[in-house]
Amino acid sequence: MSIKSLLAAVSLAALASAAQAEVRVGMITTLSGGGASLGIDTRDGFLLGMKGQDDVEILVEDDQRKPDVAVQIADKMIQSDKVDVLTGIVWSNLAMAVVPSATAQGKFYLSTNAAPAQLAGKGCHPNYFAVSYQNDNLHEAAGAFAKSEGYTKPFIMAPNYPAGQDSLNGFKRFFDGDLAGEVYTQLGQTDFAAEIAQIRASGADSVFFFLPGGMGISFLKQYAGSGVGLPVLGPAFSFDQAILQAVGDAALGVKNGSNWSKDLEVPANADFVSAFQAEYGRLPSLYAAYGYDTAHLLISALDKADPSDADAFRAALKSADFDSVRGKFSFDTNQHPIQDIYIREVIKEGDIYTNKIVATALTDRSSAYVDDCSMK
Amino acid sequence: MSPILLAEQILNGLQSGVMLFLMAAGLTLIFGVMGLINLAHGSLYMVGAFAAAAVAGATGSFLLALIAALAAAAAAGAMVELLVIRRLYARDHLDQVLATFALILIFSEGTRWLFGSFPLYLDIPPWLAGTVMLPGGIEYAAYRLALIGAGLAVAAGLWWMNARTRLGIQIRAGENDREMIAALGVDISKLYTLVFAIGAALAGLAGALVGPIQSVQIGMGEPVLILAFVVIVIGGIGSVRGALVGGLLVGLTDTLGRLLLPELFKLVTDASGAATIGSAFASMAIYILMAGVLIWKPTGLFGARA
Repeated sequence: MSIKSLLAAVSLAALASAAQAEVRVGMITTLSGGGASLGIDTRDGFLLGMKGQDDVEILVEDDQRKPDVAVQIADKMIQSDKVDVLTGIVWSNLAMAVVPSATAQGKFYLSTNAAPAQLAGKGCHPNYFAVSYQNDNLHEAAGAFAKSEGYTKPFIMAPNYPAGQDSLNGFKRFFDGDLAGEVYTQLGQTDFAAEIAQIRASGADSVFFFLPGGMGISFLKQYAGSGVGLPVLGPAFSFDQAILQAVGDAALGVKNGSNWSKDLEVPANADFVSAFQAEYGRLPSLYAAYGYDTAHLLISALDKADPSDADAFRAALKSADFDSVRGKFSFDTNQHPIQDIYIREVIKEGDIYTNKIVATALTDRSSAYVDDCSMK
Repeated sequence: MSPILLAEQILNGLQSGVMLFLMAAGLTLIFGVMGLINLAHGSLYMVGAFAAAAVAGATGSFLLALIAALAAAAAAGAMVELLVIRRLYARDHLDQVLATFALILIFSEGTRWLFGSFPLYLDIPPWLAGTVMLPGGIEYAAYRLALIGAGLAVAAGLWWMNARTRLGIQIRAGENDREMIAALGVDISKLYTLVFAIGAALAGLAGALVGPIQSVQIGMGEPVLILAFVVIVIGGIGSVRGALVGGLLVGLTDTLGRLLLPELFKLVTDASGAATIGSAFASMAIYILMAGVLIWKPTGLFGARA
C-alpha cells in the first residue's frame, strides 16, 4: 500500500468514526498547574470507564484551574463542538462559573467532584447531577466521627473561601460540642507554624482540618515536626492517593471521611481498582473513582435514551441504574447522591501509603440542602 | 494568650522572614545591578526544591540535596541569563515582564514533563527532626530553628561579599553606574551572568530549605514571589539590607497578624465571626504595612532611588 492510499484509508477511517459518534461529551478539568494531579485522575478514571464506547466522542480540555478559562472552554464546547453532556470540573468556584449557564442552555452536567451548597439547594437544576457527593458530606462524616470517638474539644481549621466555610459548617452540623478553636487560614497558604502554635496553646484534644491540595501536604509535614501529636481528622482530600506519597509518614494513622476507598468490598470496586492499576500503573484516587462512576452512570443512561430526548435521558440518569464502585448509590430529589460515608485510616502497604476503612460514619446520607431545592 | 504562644509566634515570624529574605535578596540584587524585573524568580525557587527532592530521593542525603539545589538553580539562572535575559536589558520593563512571565510557563511545564504532575516527597533530615526545648519552656521545631540560623548565615555571607570582596565592589559599582564600570574594564556581561546565578542560587536554596516543611509541587514559587516583591518594595529596591529588614517585617507582621487580629475581633463579635473577619484582615496586613511604609518613605526603607 502506498503512502497516499494509506493516508486516504486513515482519513476515511477518521471520517467514519466521526460519523459514528452520536453523542459528544465535553470534559473540562484541571490538567496543568498546582491542582493538576486531581484533574488527571478524574480524566483517567472517566476514560477508563468509557473504554469501548465507540459511539461516544469525548473531548478533554484543560481549565488551568481558572474560572474564566473554564467558561471559555464550556462556551466553545457548547457552541462549536455541540456537546450533549459536560463533566469533569474539580473546583467549586469553577463549577459555579460554568454549571448554571451550561444547564440553562439545556446541556447536561454530571459533576465528578465539585458540588457546592448553592447548586444543591436553591440553585438545583434538572440537568445537573452530582455523582460525587455534596461538598459538605465528607466534613459531616468527620464531625460525626469526632463525636462518636468522644472528643470534647476539637480545634477546627479551613481556608477562608466558600468551600472552607462549608467545610467547618459541615463539621459543626454533626459535632455539637465545644470547640477549642476555629481558625480560617488564607487560601494557598503554605506555612502553618502560627496555626500549629495556636493548636498547641488551645488545650484541644483533637484537630480537624480541610486544606485541599498542597496546603494539606504542608500542614501535615509541619504538624508532624511540631511535636503537638494530637489525633488528626479531615476529609479524604488531604489523604488521598494523589498526594499521600508526598506527605509520607506524617499522614500515618490519620482518620479521614470518605465515600470511597480502594478496599471497599464491592465487586465493581475490585474490578475498578485492578483495571486502573493495569491501565496506568498506579493506585486510583477518590477523583478517579468519581470519574469512573460518572462514566458508568452516563453509559447506563445512554443505553436507555438519547440526550436529544432530554426528558427520557434525564429520567434514565436519575434512576442511577449502574454498578457504582461505592456500592449503594441513588439520587435524592436534588440529584445529589444518597450514600454511606466512611472513616478511613492512613496505613502503609509495603512502600505505598494508602487508606483502609475503619468505620461507617453516616448511613444513607443525603445533603443538608435538599429541602431548599424546588425539585420534588 | 500566654507569653509562650507569643514567643513561639515571634520565632515563626522570624523564620518566615529569613526565608522571604533569601528570595527577596536575589530579586533585589538582580533588579539593583541590572534593572531587570525577573518574574521567573519563583520558578528558580521551584527548580531548587525539585532538584533537592530528586537528589534526596536518590541518595537519602539532605546535604547533597542542598548542594544540588544550589547548583541546579544557579545553572538554570545562568542559562536563562545567557539565552533570554541578556536580550532584555535595553528593553523596557514591560518586555522584561512579558518574557520572564513566559519563562514561568516554560519552567512549570518543563518541570511537569520531567517529574510529572504529582507533588514530590522531601522530608526533614533525621538529625533535624523533632523539637528542641528553648529557655522559658518554648518547645520549637528544630528544623525551623535551623532555617533561622541558615537564613542569618546567608545574610552575613552576603554582607561580607558585598562589603569585603572584589565582586562586591563591582556589584555596588554596577548599581551606581553601569556604563562607567564597563568603561573601567570590568567585563559587565560576565558580571551580570554571575549576579544572576547568585540570585538564582539564593532562590533555589530557599526552595530546597522550605521543601521539607511544605509541598514540593509545580507552581510553588508564585505565591512566594508576590511576597518577595512586597519585601523589596518595603525594603527599598536594590538594597540587600532592605531585603533583610523588609523580610523580617513582613514575616512578623503576617504571623502576628494571623494570631492577634482574630483575638482582637473576639472582643466585639462571636468566635466564629471573629475567625472569619480576623483572617480576612490578617491577609491584608502586609499590604497595609507596605502602603504605610511607602507613604512614609516612597523609595522604601533603604532605597536610594524611586
